Amino acid sequence: MITHTHRPLRLVLYEGEGAITLSAEARAKVMAALLDKGYAVTRATANGTAAMPHDDRSLLVLGLFPDQKAPVLVDSTGKVNIEARDITGLDAESVVLLVEKTRGTTPMNQPGVWKPWFPVIDYSRCTNCMQCLSFCLFDVYGVSGDGKIQVQNNDNCKTNCPACSRVCPEVAIMFPKYSAGPINGDVVSEADLGREKMKVDITSLLGGDIYARLRDRSVAAKSRFSKERSPDKALEERKKCLTKMAQDGFIPAEVLAALPSPEEIMRKAEEAKAKAAAALEA
Amino acid sequence: MSTNAKLLYCRCAYAQVVPQAVKDEVLMKLCESVAGFESVADLCEMAAHRDERLKALAANGPLRIAACYPRVVKGLFTQCGAPLSDDAEILNMRAQTADEVTAGMLCDA
Repeated sequence: MITHTHRPLRLVLYEGEGAITLSAEARAKVMAALLDKGYAVTRATANGTAAMPHDDRSLLVLGLFPDQKAPVLVDSTGKVNIEARDITGLDAESVVLLVEKTRGTTPMNQPGVWKPWFPVIDYSRCTNCMQCLSFCLFDVYGVSGDGKIQVQNNDNCKTNCPACSRVCPEVAIMFPKYSAGPINGDVVSEADLGREKMKVDITSLLGGDIYARLRDRSVAAKSRFSKERSPDKALEERKKCLTKMAQDGFIPAEVLAALPSPEEIMRKAEEAKAKAAAALEA
Repeated sequence: MSTNAKLLYCRCAYAQVVPQAVKDEVLMKLCESVAGFESVADLCEMAAHRDERLKALAANGPLRIAACYPRVVKGLFTQCGAPLSDDAEILNMRAQTADEVTAGMLCDA
């Protein structure tokens, strides 16, 4: 499940003036351990400047300080809550514990809970054809005020489902956490563009107009529902209807279970069609 | 190639699609250098939440980034309303060797 960002601490591994330098190995171990826990870490040295300006959040400065005494730091603007901790003699795991203790009960996103899975549009390739908008059943896509396709609701995207990238005729939709190119962002070759697998005509899925098929099935399903009224059977019906897409590897099985009802699919399809038409006519 | 570019390292901690050995070695080499740098757990996670820090990073001068495919890194920043400047350099830990990435990152050092 995707939650909103909670980033209660910005960490700085400080090795500038007034601090003792860590060994390269210790530094790498501490940074890796903190990054793997989901923290952002700045390595501050006398030779380098930070790329990220101070923001309005809490700052925790870690370092080897003389006499193992961390300095008392105050932000002159009063906007940043700064604390410093001495990490002399601590291994990477102990540093992580120290940071976690300082963070306290303030929640934050951490790796392992969910995978950041959402489409990223390569606008250098996108022709604004709106096929992705028409195809996605989960309202991931929308249109900007100036008629441009956008990823607007990436929380709605179904993990491990890259189906919309398959319908993009320009291979402009990427999923960064996908395993293979060009969907993962790798360079698009001529072979990719020509490969039939990459260019799925959504109307040919299921051997015809997918929405017409769904409509037919919806009518049949309604008739059955009136007799059976079984939500399980309704789910089974949807699964059967889209099994071919799953078999072809376009949709993970778990996404099938999350699909809207046939009626909802038709409603969404009509809405998307109208949105796309309005954007293209504007 | 920008001189004195700010350095950013992405750990890809949320999905592990960057080879562990490559990202470990790149981090080690960065840590062996005298360079200051920024590191984040996962640029995708930040982009998923439209993290304001991406805007701060993109707006704060030339960037040199060790992450994954350039097309996708540029897309992540753009999608957050923080397009990278034309002089941003992106090294790809998914496809390049650790030596190539490190050489690119530390070319000013």
